[in-house]
Amino acid sequence: MADLIKGGSFLISQVKPDQVYTPEDFSDLHKMVSDTVAGFIKEKVVPQIDAIEKMEDGVAVALLRQLGELGLLGTEIPEKYGGAEADKISSLLIAEQMSRGGSLSLVFGAHTGIGTLPILFFGNEEQKKRYLPDLATGKKIAAYALTEADAGSDAMNAKTRAVLTEDGKHYVLNGSKQFITNAAWADVIVTYAKVDGEHFTSFIVDRDTPGVSIGAEEHKMGIKGSSTCSVIFEDAKVPVENLLGTIGKGHQVAFNILNIGRFKLGVGCLGAAKYALELSSQYAQERNQFNMPISKFGLIKNKIADMNIRTFITESICYRIGGLIQDVIETLDLSGDEAGQKIADAIQEYAIECSVAKIYGSEALDFVADEGVQIHGGYGYSQEYTIERIYRDSRINRIFEGTNEINRLIIPATLMRKAQKGEIPLIQAAMKLQEELLTPTMQDESDELLAKEEQAIENLKKIFLLIAGSAAQKYGEKLIREQEILARMADMVDEIFGAESALLRTRKIIAAKGEEAGSLAAKMTTCYVNGLVPKFDVWAKEVIAAMEEGDTKRTLFSILRKLTKFEQDNVFVMKREIADAVYAKNKYVVI
Amino acid sequence: MIVCIKQVPDTTDVKIDPEKGTLIREGVPSIVNPFDKNAVEAALKIREEKGGKVTVITMGPPQAVDALRECLAMGADDAILLSDRAFASSDTWATSYTLAMGIKKVGNPDIIFCGKQAIDGDTAQVGPGIAEHLGLPQVTYVQKIKEVKEDGMIVERSIEGGYEVVSVGMPVMIAVDKSINEPRFPTMMGTMKAHKKEIPTWGLAELGADEDKLGMNGSPTRVKRIFAPERKGQGEMIQGDDESEVCALLIEKLRDKKVV
Repeated sequence: MADLIKGGSFLISQVKPDQVYTPEDFSDLHKMVSDTVAGFIKEKVVPQIDAIEKMEDGVAVALLRQLGELGLLGTEIPEKYGGAEADKISSLLIAEQMSRGGSLSLVFGAHTGIGTLPILFFGNEEQKKRYLPDLATGKKIAAYALTEADAGSDAMNAKTRAVLTEDGKHYVLNGSKQFITNAAWADVIVTYAKVDGEHFTSFIVDRDTPGVSIGAEEHKMGIKGSSTCSVIFEDAKVPVENLLGTIGKGHQVAFNILNIGRFKLGVGCLGAAKYALELSSQYAQERNQFNMPISKFGLIKNKIADMNIRTFITESICYRIGGLIQDVIETLDLSGDEAGQKIADAIQEYAIECSVAKIYGSEALDFVADEGVQIHGGYGYSQEYTIERIYRDSRINRIFEGTNEINRLIIPATLMRKAQKGEIPLIQAAMKLQEELLTPTMQDESDELLAKEEQAIENLKKIFLLIAGSAAQKYGEKLIREQEILARMADMVDEIFGAESALLRTRKIIAAKGEEAGSLAAKMTTCYVNGLVPKFDVWAKEVIAAMEEGDTKRTLFSILRKLTKFEQDNVFVMKREIADAVYAKNKYVVI
Repeated sequence: MIVCIKQVPDTTDVKIDPEKGTLIREGVPSIVNPFDKNAVEAALKIREEKGGKVTVITMGPPQAVDALRECLAMGADDAILLSDRAFASSDTWATSYTLAMGIKKVGNPDIIFCGKQAIDGDTAQVGPGIAEHLGLPQVTYVQKIKEVKEDGMIVERSIEGGYEVVSVGMPVMIAVDKSINEPRFPTMMGTMKAHKKEIPTWGLAELGADEDKLGMNGSPTRVKRIFAPERKGQGEMIQGDDESEVCALLIEKLRDKKVV
């Protein structure tokens, strides 16, 4: 494990381009898998999208079962339980393509992700044998029931109770779960209850267990074709064999699964963003105003370019994380019964990155979908156009799998914990920075392509360390109460990871294919970093002003001035070129 | 069974160069000719019922291997790529000769399946050409396979306004229409297996073919001119509140044109 990159370590170390995985590294197999799913969506799902959205009887379930027959529900399941046991990148590509299927992607995601993975990762051999083959083929459909009416973000506050029967053969569950995706169709529900009202524990509940009932469908803003209902347990007798993991360790199951869920959510958002951009580019080139296609106007080009850039950053983030997880999984001995647990632990290492993917992906999609509607003008507000649905469907992504606010708190909390445990030398790096900042140094001014951007990202990392170090010193353990500061720290982590992923990917493209092939990616990286530096300036000032007064404040401000020194480039001209490249292919473009 | 396939540009994505009148192929994704997928599906269905083996074969540049892999992912057992500089610029006659030589080398199939035509050239000549080169009977535009027997088969062949039922002996070349079936999607397992499968490439040397019958030398077709047909007048949609209004408008227009 020595060579593996530690989760969160990107903040304090220099990562080299060949250490990051990028979409340019996809194998022929990855492309085949991606094309197969894209073909299925185009031919089977898109023609039925209205029926799915109207929740016409059985349409979504039938499509899910067809996906099962094609082996696409079991890509992460080992062959011995009827899965395809494909690599992580393949499963990400499937998730990305699925997002073009509207609500079906939710049905798919809830089933294959949070529904199936708890059993795969934490189930015992008997449970895996009993459930996984049917989940892999879609014979059975899974749901995941964690949220309760009064336990949303505060999941541990669950009221659902489990009591062992006198004969020791069953747990009797009482309580109800809220907003459960796939509830109406599920055969298997992974849920949580407190044993004796105290020990938070995970259970696998069969839908046909007496005492389990499903509430009415929620009338949602978007993702209307997915089923979302409450699940009610009234003296539901669940066999003791269905206890998942260990009594009192339900939080381990819940949080591990959420890590993967968050990461995959980012990937799903990526697919939807590409789709929205494609539709917007097509529309802009077809729509004439003032005797010319609106695509020719500078303001539309500016939007198209920003959409492409945000999508590029999201894609670079998602597959970089995919590569990190893939690398660590490849080092594991997965022959034993503990294989699933080992994979879950490996993903846990990248909890910070998973939250970054969730926050960045969902906010990028919101931006892209919103600008997509804007480009469509009045037609974008009409349900006749797909962009309207994408806009509505996008909104939930900032809410579920842990709200973006919760994820913004998780990032610095996890980072501080890793620092305290000595897993990443954050404190040492912060101290070293303080020394460095006190000694005046000249920064190298290199003419090399992207040297300025690289330097800027290095400085952004220093700003983060400055803020995080000062905040930790000032508040110590009580930092947890300063949510506004924590969220700003998370914003910085998010953007540093994004900008750095784009930079490294661009460098990797240039190294492999030359400067010309990398010129578009380089322009995107430059434009993005140009926008980022002033953002960090504001964020850091807000935090400094909230924490310090007098001389300390002034000293920090003056350090910040040095670190945010950046000569603005002409981004307007670059963005016009980026937009023209999108128009030429009528879709998201990098090379 | 041997299925002949072709890798073609996805014509739903193709644009025409307005000056040269030719297809702009750059950046257009390549796909398996849709009718050929029907041919693969037909062969796979027979294999499921009667057993046997399905080999897909194509002539094309090295990247045509992607098309073969897609057919392997659908379930074909083997794939062979015929690729050689000597095959370049073949017309349909030289192409069908080359494929016929490839088929001979594979062995003696009971059925050779082809799609009725390719969506890029639309000639529908290669399948019949193969049958001629091999001296085999052929049935084109097949819309249904009614029965497969030990030494022959009964099929339905679509003709204008109806269909013919044809009883034919084996070996035979069958060119299928789109209506014959709905091609299956590759499964995840099939895709992974296809990815690992080795696909042999046979060139001039391996086929032992007559060089004069290949490529440019073996192609009697000469293209005189390529042009985009002039746009004919556009149709007109007549709209109205109800049928009677639409009919009245239509009659008025027909009278104006002195049709009625």
